[in-house]
Amino acid sequence: MEQRRLFKGKRTRTPVGDAIVRLSGVSKRYAGGTLALNDVSLEVRAGEFFSLLGPSGCGKTTLLRILAGFEEPDSGRVEIAGVDARGLPPYRRPVNMVFQNYALFPHMNVCANVAFGLRMKRVPEDELRQRVAWALELVDIEQLAQRRPHELSGGQRQRVALARALVNEPEVLLLDEPLGALDYKLRKQLQVELMNLQEELGITFVYVTHDQEEALVMSDRIAVMRAGRIEQLDFPEAIYERPATAFVAQFLGTSNLIRAAYAGERLLQTPLGKLRVARPVKTGERYLISIRPEKIRLSREPIHRENTVRVRVDDIIYTGAENQYLLEAAGTELVAYTLNSDIQEPGFEEFDYDEYVYAHLPAENLVVIDEPA
Amino acid sequence: MNRPSWRRLLATVAPGAFWLVVFSLLPTLLILYASFLQRGPHGWLSGPLTLVNYARFFGISSSGFDPLYLNILGRSFLLGIVTTVAVVLLGYPFAFFIARSRHKNLLLLLVVLPFWTNFLIRVYAWIVIFQRRGVLNALLTYLHLPTLHLYPSWTAVYVGTIYTYLPFLILPLYASVEKVDWTLLEAAYDLGAGRVRGFWHAIFPQTLPGLVAGVLLVFIPALGTFVISDLLGAGKAILIGNVIQQQFGGSRDWAFGSAAAFVLMALVLLGLWLYARRAGESGMGELL
Repeated sequence: MEQRRLFKGKRTRTPVGDAIVRLSGVSKRYAGGTLALNDVSLEVRAGEFFSLLGPSGCGKTTLLRILAGFEEPDSGRVEIAGVDARGLPPYRRPVNMVFQNYALFPHMNVCANVAFGLRMKRVPEDELRQRVAWALELVDIEQLAQRRPHELSGGQRQRVALARALVNEPEVLLLDEPLGALDYKLRKQLQVELMNLQEELGITFVYVTHDQEEALVMSDRIAVMRAGRIEQLDFPEAIYERPATAFVAQFLGTSNLIRAAYAGERLLQTPLGKLRVARPVKTGERYLISIRPEKIRLSREPIHRENTVRVRVDDIIYTGAENQYLLEAAGTELVAYTLNSDIQEPGFEEFDYDEYVYAHLPAENLVVIDEPA
Repeated sequence: MNRPSWRRLLATVAPGAFWLVVFSLLPTLLILYASFLQRGPHGWLSGPLTLVNYARFFGISSSGFDPLYLNILGRSFLLGIVTTVAVVLLGYPFAFFIARSRHKNLLLLLVVLPFWTNFLIRVYAWIVIFQRRGVLNALLTYLHLPTLHLYPSWTAVYVGTIYTYLPFLILPLYASVEKVDWTLLEAAYDLGAGRVRGFWHAIFPQTLPGLVAGVLLVFIPALGTFVISDLLGAGKAILIGNVIQQQFGGSRDWAFGSAAAFVLMALVLLGLWLYARRAGESGMGELL
């Protein structure tokens, strides 16, 4: 594939990997009294695809709007590309935004929409024309240049919004749930295109989404937010494999949460019996154990290993690629996924309703969360 | 087109078409016809067809050029234009104020409230305010300021016209302003526009349909007004509306009145046509 570059061929001024966005102790309370952001500190590195993930009302959009300059934080410091952003109006910030509903100018055609930012900056007509052509080609909509927004499909509007922002070559591109209004197939396709664009252009993306799958697929790093705070900030794999809180464990994918208490140096007492875990635990403390459904090994034959419990198959959900088993043991429910007709798994078995089977919960897959149950 | 859809077309279009033909097209054609007739001996219309009415309106006669009626027409256009500009200057910010206020409904009610009082009474109220021993002069005397003689005067006519037509601009404009998508303003800011350019490029175009509708609703009636000028000018402020009214009333020269009315209508239509041509198809849509 042809390598696409920024129009001017420049990358961001901040060296890749250095912090390009720095928030420290940022808080924001709305007039109604809701605390949208509560002492948030984070760093976004230049050139990375950074996602803000959380349920609606968690403060992720407020955070994005503070970066864009539409809101001022009540307290705390915001730094963009090495410049203190306090009091800096949106039009003086080296960022551009792709709005949730695209916010295209309805009375202008695609070309004029894309050219708008350059017009405002009084870019000479010659360069303007070249850069608009570059941006339209970048998102593959040259043939739509003369159309009005109302003549475009959702996916096409999305591309126009993207071109309109990228043509300005921002240091940071802010995206507010840009794929939220599109159907599943198109979303999948645009996810890949967005990732490719980001990688090729090397522009830092700050991407707001409530879709955990989208965040896992696209991001270099994810900040999971809840009630105005960052619950966990890490690589996608780390967030999925080692959730720091019960909220993160449940918001990303499905997780079995088991209440546990100290029973030995690496041993926890749970309703399922004593379970061995990978990290040391402290006496007197209460914990939650999280294990992903696909990490539970099921077997009809007894497994003579630690952390094996006998469970009853309560329900079976067939989802095509997977069988999802609802298991019950000692009044505790567990969910386990097995791949359908798993040819890579020797001894693959399918189970029946009310059958008693053995569930192995490997110690290395048990995530211990410090949280009072 | 097949039969059933013809029938459907007839059913949907016929009532409106009937109305327009009977109450709009036919009277217009009658006036056009009358404008080429002459005043008969008893005040009735009579033949033969002639152009004298138009010649008289444009001041062309055997004794030379007399711009009497053209001056009156010019005065009317001046009133229409000044009124429209004033009403836009007053009403445009006010429409935004209403749309962004927490007491929208109350403010809208206040805008519509004058309509609950008869139009004539509202104009008479301005006489009460402006007359020699009126409300305004009482206030000025109280403040030890010199009194004003505003009734009858052109100032009073202008104030009365602006006052009367302000709601006709605010209401359609408000309908547009209320629907304004404010995220477009944020998008404009984000793309480097300051406050002025942001408003001009992102907000103003969205209000244009309401503004055009409001301007037409104000300009055309203000152009043809005769009641306000008659009352607040005490019969001395003559506008084209007064001329037409006199011809159909006191002077009983329907032929000349028809010619004057037709010139006025032709000028308005010409203006609309020029606007529509400049604004292109989208402008045409806004007009209709």
